Amino acid sequence: MSIRINREKCTGCGKCIEVCPGTLLFKEVEGSKAFIKYPKECWGCTSCLKECKFEAISYYLGADIGGNGSIMHVTEEGNELHWHITDAGGNKKIISIDRTKANSY
Amino acid sequence: MDKKTIQTDVLIIGGGTAGCYAAITLAEQSDKEVLIAEKADIKRSGCLAAGVNALNAYIVSGNTPEDYLEYVKKDAEGLIREDLVLTMSERLNKVTKHLEEMGLVILKNKDGEYVTRGNRNIKINGENIKPILANQVYSYSNITVFNRVNIIDYIVADNQIIGAYGFHILKNTFYTIFAKTVICSTGGAAGIYKPNNPGLSRHKMWYPPFNTGAGYAMGIRSGAEMTTFEMRFIALRCKDTIAPTGTIAQGVSAPQINGAGELYDKQYGAPTTANRVYSTIEENKQGRGPCFLKTEGIGEKAEEELLKAYLNMAPAQTLKWLERGKGPNHENVEIEGTEPYIVGGHTASGYWVDTGRQTTIKGLYAAGDVAGGCPQKYVTGSLAEGEIAALSALRYIEETTFKTIYKEEQQEYERTGFEAVNKFLHHPEGIYTVFQLEEAMQKVMDEYAGGISGNYGYNQSRLVIAESRIRELRELALRLHAKDCYDLMKIYELLDRLLVAEAVIVHLEARKETRWHSFQENLDFQEKDEAYFLYINSIRKNERFEIIKRAFVGRGVVYEHTH
Ligand SMILES: Cc1cc2nc3c(=O)[nH]c(=O)nc-3n(C[C@H](O)[C@H](O)[C@H](O)COP(=O)(O)OP(=O)(O)OC[C@H]3O[C@@H](n4cnc5c(N)ncnc54)[C@H](O)[C@@H]3O)c2cc1C
Ligand code: SF4
Ligand code: SF4
Repeated sequence: MSIRINREKCTGCGKCIEVCPGTLLFKEVEGSKAFIKYPKECWGCTSCLKECKFEAISYYLGADIGGNGSIMHVTEEGNELHWHITDAGGNKKIISIDRTKANSY
Repeated sequence: MDKKTIQTDVLIIGGGTAGCYAAITLAEQSDKEVLIAEKADIKRSGCLAAGVNALNAYIVSGNTPEDYLEYVKKDAEGLIREDLVLTMSERLNKVTKHLEEMGLVILKNKDGEYVTRGNRNIKINGENIKPILANQVYSYSNITVFNRVNIIDYIVADNQIIGAYGFHILKNTFYTIFAKTVICSTGGAAGIYKPNNPGLSRHKMWYPPFNTGAGYAMGIRSGAEMTTFEMRFIALRCKDTIAPTGTIAQGVSAPQINGAGELYDKQYGAPTTANRVYSTIEENKQGRGPCFLKTEGIGEKAEEELLKAYLNMAPAQTLKWLERGKGPNHENVEIEGTEPYIVGGHTASGYWVDTGRQTTIKGLYAAGDVAGGCPQKYVTGSLAEGEIAALSALRYIEETTFKTIYKEEQQEYERTGFEAVNKFLHHPEGIYTVFQLEEAMQKVMDEYAGGISGNYGYNQSRLVIAESRIRELRELALRLHAKDCYDLMKIYELLDRLLVAEAVIVHLEARKETRWHSFQENLDFQEKDEAYFLYINSIRKNERFEIIKRAFVGRGVVYEHTH
C-alpha cells in the first residue's frame, strides 16, 4: 500500500509531513520536496492526500492487493471532498462527498 | 541528544480517541495542567486517522445500558467485567451528544432523532472525526500537546506513578516528564503476527500499524497486572484491502455465502463476532471457499452509496471496486480473516483496572483499546473511558499527598532514563535490522502461536517453540543499533511488540479450553470448559510472566484493587 508524490506539483509546504500518523514523510533537504521515506510502512490512511492543496499526492493499490494501475487524489471545495480517480487507460472519474451529510450505510 | 525535564499535573500518553477526550474532560472540569504526549500528530493519529463509518456503541431509544451489557456479554461468551461494561454503557449517549456539539455530523430523521442502524449503531460522516477532536483539544489553554513525542517507559516509585520517559522522534530530544497522575491511552497492538499481505502492502492492515502495544509493554515492564491477552481480535474483512465488512453486511443486509453460493454462518452456533470469522475459516478449510458477502443485485443506488461510504473510512475498498470495473452490485465481495490483533476496545485484552480505570500501579489510569475487561467499546466507549479515567485521576490528585521529589532524586531519574536509550546509540551496527527481527517475530507468531497460516489454532508443543524463539529475538533486539531517535522509536516498537507477543503466548497457554473460536482456538482443548469461567491475568516478575486466575466480577459491584 502506498502513495506517490509528484515532485513537479509539490511546493514543499510540509502539510502532509506534519500529519502522517506513521512519520513516513520527509523533505529531501530543508525547503525542498516531500518524499515517502518508508513506502512499505504506509497504512494508506489518506491523511496526507487530504492535506495537500496542490494535488501532488496520489494513492494507489499495490498490485499484490488488486491494483490495476489506477491512481486517486482528492481535492476540497467548500464542504465537498472530490475524489479523482484516473485508471491506467487515462479515464477519469470523480466521486464527490458532502462532508455535512452522513453516510447512508 | 538534548535532555529536557518537564513537570505537569496530568500526563496523557497517546492523543487518540480516549486520550483526547480525557484531556477535554480534564480541561472542562479543572484548571489542572494537562500534557498530551503523542508519537504522531493528534490531528490524524491512531484508529481514527482515515475516519470511521458509524458510531458502533450507542443506546438507541427503547434500550438501556443493561441491554448493551447483555449484548457484549453474550458476544464474549460471558467473560467480561460487568462493572466496566456497564459504567461505559451509561455514558455512551452523553459522549455522543458532546461529539455532535463539537461538530460531528450525525444522520437525523425529520423529528431530529438520530437514525439508527440496528440496536446499537448510529450513522455519521466520520471522515473528519479526528480533526474535530483535535480542534477541541487545542481550544483549551490548560492543555499542552507534544506531537511526535514517543513515550517509552513509566517512572514508578513504590508502585506509584511519578512520570514517564520519552523522546522527540525528529528533534533528538530526550524527555523526563514528572506528573502527579498519568493516563495511558496508547491503543492496542498490530503487527505482532504475520499480516495478510506480507509484501509491499504489509501495512494494509485493519488496525493502525503505528499502534504497537507501547502502553501494554510499559505496563508489563513496570509490573502492572494485565488481563485476557489470550482473547485476540481477528476481524472479518474484505479480502486484500482489509476494509470493514459491517457497512456492507448491515448496510445492505448482505449475508455470508461460500464458494457454492450457500449460506453457512447459521451452522456454526450463535452469530457472535468470533463465530462469523470461525465459520468462514471452517468453510475454507473444508474446501468450500472462497467466502463472500452476497451483494450482487443490491442495485445501482446502493452501490453508489457504498462507494461513498468506503471513501469516508477505507478508501482502498472503493478504489478496489473501481479497479475491477465491477462494484458490489455486480460482484459479491470476497472476505477473509485478518491476522490477530491485541485490542481491548474489541475484545478484553489490556490493563487490569478497577471500576474507575485505575491500573494496579497507583495513579496510573488506562482508557480505550489499552484497557482490558471491557470489549466492544469502539469510538464512543473509548471516549467514555477517557472521561471516567480523567474524573478518577482528578479525584486522585485531590486525595493524595504527593512526596516532593528532590533535585538529586530527579537527576538520578533523568540519568537512569537516559542511559536506557543511550546504550542503543552506542551499540555497534550488527547484522540484523529492526525490520528483519520484526519479520522473524511475525513468522514465529504466525506459525507457532495461532496465526493465519494455522487457521488460528495452536497447541502446547507449538507455544513452547514460540516462547523460546520470541525470547531469543528479544535478546537480539536488545543489541540493535540506533543512529537517531527515529531508529530508537523503531527499536522500542519492536521490543514492545515482542513483549506483548510473549504475554499472548503465556496467556494462550494458560487457558486450557477453547472459549472463543478463532480468537482463542486451543487445539489441545477444543471445547469450552466452565472451570475456565475466570480471567487469566498476569504480572511479569524477574523477566517471567506469572499467571493469576481471577474470579468473575459482576455488575453493580465497584471493583477495587487491594494494592
Ligand atoms: C480502521 C478502523 C476503523 C474503525 N471503525 C470504527 C467505526 O466505524 N465505529 C466505531 O465505533 N469504532 C470503530 N473503530 C474502533 C475505534 O476507532 C477504536 O476502538 C478507538 O478509536 C480506540 O481509541 P484509543 O484511544 O484506544 O486508540 P487510538 O485512537 O488509536 O489512540 C492511540 C493513540 O496513541 C498514540 N500512541 C501509541 N503509542 C504511543 C507512544 N508510545 N507514545 C505516544 N503516543 C503513542 C497513537 O499514535 C494514537 O494516537 C475502528 C477502528 C479502526 C482501526
Ligand atoms: S502537502 Fe503537497 S505540496 Fe505540501 S509538501 Fe506535501 S506533497 Fe508537497
Ligand atoms: S497514506 Fe497515511 S500512512 Fe501513508 S503516507 Fe499518507 S498519511 Fe502517511
